[in-house]
Amino acid sequence: MFLGLYNYWIVVVLMMIGFYIIIAHGNLVKKIVGLNIFQTSVFIFYISVSNIDGGTAPILAEGFNQYSNPLPHVLILTAIVVGIATTALGLALAMRIKEAYGSIEEEEIQQRVNREC
Amino acid sequence: MLAHLPILQVIVPLLAAPSCIILRRPGWVWLFALLVSGSAFLISIALLQQVMDSGVIVYELGGWEAPWGIEYRIDKLNAILGLIITGISTIVLLAAHTSIQEEIPEDRQTLFYVLYLLSLAGMLGIVTTGDAFNVFVFLEISSLSAYALIALGRDRRALWASYQYLIMGSIGATFILIGIGLMYQMTGTLNMEDLSRRLPEVAQTRTVFTAFAFLIVGICLKLALFPLHLWLPNAYAYAPSIVTAFLAATATKVALYLLIRFTYSVFGGSFSFTTLPLQTIFVVLGLLGVFAASITAIYQKNVKLLFAYSSVAQIGYMIVGYSINSTAGLTATLLHMFNHALMKGALFLALGAVMYRIGSVELRDFHGLGRQMPFTMAAIVVGSLSLIGVPLTVGFVSKWYLVLAAIENGWWPVAVLILLGSLLAIVYTWKIVEAAYFKAPQAGNEQVREAPLSFLIPVWMLVSANIYFGIDTRLSVQVATAAAQSLFGVGP
Amino acid sequence: MVLLGFLVCIAIAIVRLKDLFAVVMLSGIYGLLSASFFVTLDAVDVAFTEAAVGAGIATLLMLVTVTMTGRYEHSAHHNSIWALAVVLVTGVLLIYGTLDMPYFGSVDAPAQLHVAPRYINNSMQEIGVPNIVTSVLASYRGYDTLGEVVVIFTAGVGVLALLSAVHRPEKDDGIVSVNVSMHEKYLILRVVTKILIPFILLFALYVQFHGDYGPGGGFQAGVIFAAAIILYSMLFGMSTARRVISQPLIQLLSAIGVLVYGSVGVVSILNGGNFLDYNLLSDDPVAGQHLGILLVELGIGCTVTSVMVIIFFNFAGRTEDHMRNERKSA
Repeated sequence: MFLGLYNYWIVVVLMMIGFYIIIAHGNLVKKIVGLNIFQTSVFIFYISVSNIDGGTAPILAEGFNQYSNPLPHVLILTAIVVGIATTALGLALAMRIKEAYGSIEEEEIQQRVNREC
Repeated sequence: MLAHLPILQVIVPLLAAPSCIILRRPGWVWLFALLVSGSAFLISIALLQQVMDSGVIVYELGGWEAPWGIEYRIDKLNAILGLIITGISTIVLLAAHTSIQEEIPEDRQTLFYVLYLLSLAGMLGIVTTGDAFNVFVFLEISSLSAYALIALGRDRRALWASYQYLIMGSIGATFILIGIGLMYQMTGTLNMEDLSRRLPEVAQTRTVFTAFAFLIVGICLKLALFPLHLWLPNAYAYAPSIVTAFLAATATKVALYLLIRFTYSVFGGSFSFTTLPLQTIFVVLGLLGVFAASITAIYQKNVKLLFAYSSVAQIGYMIVGYSINSTAGLTATLLHMFNHALMKGALFLALGAVMYRIGSVELRDFHGLGRQMPFTMAAIVVGSLSLIGVPLTVGFVSKWYLVLAAIENGWWPVAVLILLGSLLAIVYTWKIVEAAYFKAPQAGNEQVREAPLSFLIPVWMLVSANIYFGIDTRLSVQVATAAAQSLFGVGP
Repeated sequence: MVLLGFLVCIAIAIVRLKDLFAVVMLSGIYGLLSASFFVTLDAVDVAFTEAAVGAGIATLLMLVTVTMTGRYEHSAHHNSIWALAVVLVTGVLLIYGTLDMPYFGSVDAPAQLHVAPRYINNSMQEIGVPNIVTSVLASYRGYDTLGEVVVIFTAGVGVLALLSAVHRPEKDDGIVSVNVSMHEKYLILRVVTKILIPFILLFALYVQFHGDYGPGGGFQAGVIFAAAIILYSMLFGMSTARRVISQPLIQLLSAIGVLVYGSVGVVSILNGGNFLDYNLLSDDPVAGQHLGILLVELGIGCTVTSVMVIIFFNFAGRTEDHMRNERKSA
């Protein structure tokens, strides 16, 4: 069972590292890097689901019978694009926040926000 | 053309958004957006009639039958939501042209309408689709445009609020993606109808349990259920007024729709409420949300922030209704969704008028506003009465049904707590009334005039709807009950 | 497997490092290694996209951001214990969930047996395109892809709304921009780039149109096309690049891509079918499918290119303004 599932477990570890970076770190850019790692690991997970032993890439060609499942590939293509869209917006916001508050550390920003209220 | 209504409802705003870039001048773009939103509203009315008459509508995109292609599935539940979203969107847009002159720099105004239409299309896409992954894609469309819209607010705190929303929202979306992936892995399909047929055989596996857990948590992040609500107050308070009015009335309803749809139609009511003690969890979190948020609202000095916390409380009520897991409870929740959209839409739009005239929504700037802006303040008062649940307003109807549903289920303590929560609403409403009617205006604020017609008309449209549906409850109750019953008929 | 081991090491290194420049570089490597992992898992289209987008564009944007926001992370980790607890609970839940999964690579998992076989077995007759991923992406689940293009468009509009600033044409008053200095100093780079750019553009066109037969398609082509333009603007300066590619034009292009995609669907409705039903675009259904996929991929390529360029131009432009203001106040 270990041999059959260890791939998934390593991917779970990757996901959790990414998730940890998002919630534990205060630097806004690093949070986005963490988000990226989290999402990429989810993609690796999905693609692992689609893998078939002895299969080949899902492009029809002479001499191959066994193909990997194309449906998760399509889903992940979409998800990658969604991921970059989120990253771009997040980074743009980080840049604006730096201009407005002079810092991109969560604690410092929170202090300045609280002072205004 | 009639057969294509399901897709037209989404495509019309979706394709109108990039077209705005071609139009360029903000005045024209506003008219165009208004037209588009209005047509979407008419389409949603037609869809609701069709569904009430002939039952579920199925539409295959690309001509491929499900589950190989994506299908749209409209039943009574989505039809109601489509109506709410498009209706609020159109009414709010009436005031948009005036409101954003003061709040958004001119070179960004066209982009504002593009993002607004994208947000509208995204939400409509979520509620009409019958495919789980399609939900994710449109969820991201609506979320990304919401992040950008919120960040357009004048105050620099809007940027921070938008960033926090982005992080929490993306975590939620990724959780939902994980849930969908696990479901796919165990059943091989993404179509919701197909999933509901195939999940029962694998329902007892740990993977499906995990999928369910991740989906629920992801949706709750988007729903702003206590304690995952931290992004909502700031995001609503510092966004441009039109954005707040639109999002407050619609965004969390869509997330609640997803919760209902996944627990009843996909996983099935019996599975959902027995694997995890959802009833207990949700009723506790819902009530905690009501009290924590209402109490926090009392201490707020920024009126928009106050009503944002009030929104968190209202979501708590809706969750309590949902947790009862009965037709009556679900009817109450659906009614409250509709009513809350009307109430909060009116309130935030009226606040937008105040922001337009005096440039601030701090409580101290409300002094004397009762005399200077009588119609606007009257609207706020009626809206607040609706929040409290005073008879003759729409808020009373949904609270009434909620309490009845709780009693019918034997949950007397819950019913009492619901009523107590309404009392808290009286406290924070009184603060506003006192400031507006019983205090003299601050120095420098004496020249304030009443809000322009472009605000007053949509605000009073919503307020009148508040009162009308509070008195004549037949239509809303009938539709909500029908939707709730159909959900229970579908779920095993 | 070795690749996964590397990925874990990189992830842990990212957690520990405070130098954001190194963190961004590592995340680029993470993306590249993920792409290689995808190749070993036979997911070639995904690998291509991940390499272009995750390792390419994401790293680029992060670098531009870090240039402006500061290279080093300040704070010590706050809420570490609580965060660790949440992460552990989530991780344990996930691993608990994996216990009942079908084994990695198994042929008779439900995912392989239900919907997928029709795509693999019938797509040649129904659509006639060897790359099954393209046929699923552009035809069977074409509506999802429309959503995806709209997501990219939304990001472009969002970045425009957040970062765009009016650029007055500056006389050369010591703009640092990325390269007045480069003109003299980096002669080799300039010359090599000028030679390379046409080939990159050609490759992008190849990927665009060959996506039916091999890995590729609108997204990857769009990113590569944008990469060529970005390369040019990095070497020759934003002001030059803005003269080459006018801003209103590129915004218009991004909108047109989405509209092209949508109009294919509308034409299907006008011809009597459902939205995005390509069978009705021509007398022969398979030819109709080919035409539909071609047009749709063109729309995708158009929007992706323009949005990537918009995002980069706005990021770089904002950073440039910021650096110029800092220098003036210093």
